[in-house]
Amino acid sequence: MIEFTFWDIVRNLLFAARWTVLLSLAAFIGGGIVGLIVLFFRIAKNGWSRRIASGYIALFQGTPLLMQLFLMFFGLPMLGLRIEPWTAAVLGLTFFASAYLAEIWRSGVDALPLGQWDAGASLGLHYLQELRLIILPQAFAITRAPTVGFLVQLIKSTALTSIIGFEELVRTSNAINNATFEPFKVYGLVALIFFAMCFPLTRYARALERRASAR
Amino acid sequence: MAFAWLPGALADIARGAATTVLLIAVTTLAGTLLSILGAAGRRNGPALLRHAIGWYVEIIRNTPFLVQLFFIFFGLPSLGIRLDPLLAAIVAMTLNMAAYTIEIVGAGLDAVPAGQTEAALSLGLRPRQVFIKIVLPQALKVIYPALTSQIVIMMLESAVVSQIAVRELTYEADMLQARTFRSFETYLVVTIVYLALSMALRRLLVSGGRRVLGAGVS
Repeated sequence: MIEFTFWDIVRNLLFAARWTVLLSLAAFIGGGIVGLIVLFFRIAKNGWSRRIASGYIALFQGTPLLMQLFLMFFGLPMLGLRIEPWTAAVLGLTFFASAYLAEIWRSGVDALPLGQWDAGASLGLHYLQELRLIILPQAFAITRAPTVGFLVQLIKSTALTSIIGFEELVRTSNAINNATFEPFKVYGLVALIFFAMCFPLTRYARALERRASAR
Repeated sequence: MAFAWLPGALADIARGAATTVLLIAVTTLAGTLLSILGAAGRRNGPALLRHAIGWYVEIIRNTPFLVQLFFIFFGLPSLGIRLDPLLAAIVAMTLNMAAYTIEIVGAGLDAVPAGQTEAALSLGLRPRQVFIKIVLPQALKVIYPALTSQIVIMMLESAVVSQIAVRELTYEADMLQARTFRSFETYLVVTIVYLALSMALRRLLVSGGRRVLGAGVS
């Protein structure tokens, strides 16, 4: 058995936490880009494109993330793509995030008075200009709090990628626990590291919410 | 893709789904009860209790469910608390759900006008009766949609408890794909079952809520 001191455990966990942070960022950025595309479909004038986007969102919000990750991990190789845990984790979380972000931003678009669209049109802007200059900036501004709130959810969700074999915080902690037999300490520390990442963001989201409701 | 294995696997899938339904049913009841107590304690309890509940909510909401589950199942035995997988899963799910629903129930309690409490007190009802008979039913009606969403989210989250060998739907899927070597097809079928379960659960909760809490529940 390898001897682990307390600091060995902490150091190893903190190193592994880099991957949790990196994965969260990659999925948030990827999810933001794909989510924007889904949003365009979701608020389009065409009924079919709206229905397809709603179905996409319902699909991801109605099934467990763990299943989505499994389908990525086992499904992409069937399409002939060589896939590693990192790729499956990033792609899985990206699609997951895109559905939630699109729905959050859609609620922002819906909250705007229709007069905003009319005003844009009367200024001679075409559809894309209206979206870019008038609708989306306001929709993003009023949904900033739930967007940050979702980032917290996404960081916590990265824990599931340990199950498909991505070497992040939780998977490393399982390995350390198997070597040290100190689950109370190891998982307690993992919880603490996640808390240190998520709690400031939760506080920030709450402050944004207060500012929004004060306005 | 090949689905020749499916007919022989239906019994396993059904058994797993039944365990998932059992998990979410118990969690819903225990979690809702705990969150009513928690929300009431956070408003009317002594300062120490209020702080304790506040920290409990923050800690659960800012850490992953998987880590909470491992902590309860693997970590607590070193304090002498040993739970079998099913019980550990129920405890973890209940504690997790309550942290979210305490805030929801609390918002509902705040939404009931103070005049309701004053009127009930002036009719001679005791404080506990006022809470149970007057304030709580009105609060539950307000928060019912949010509560429904949280229950569905918890059902989907319960897939994770397969990791401590609770024999629910995901666990059965893991076993099946190890036997059939048809990983993608197995998880595809089980994902569809989850989708059907979450849609059915939502519909059941909405229609049940309409019957119990009256019209206006959506």
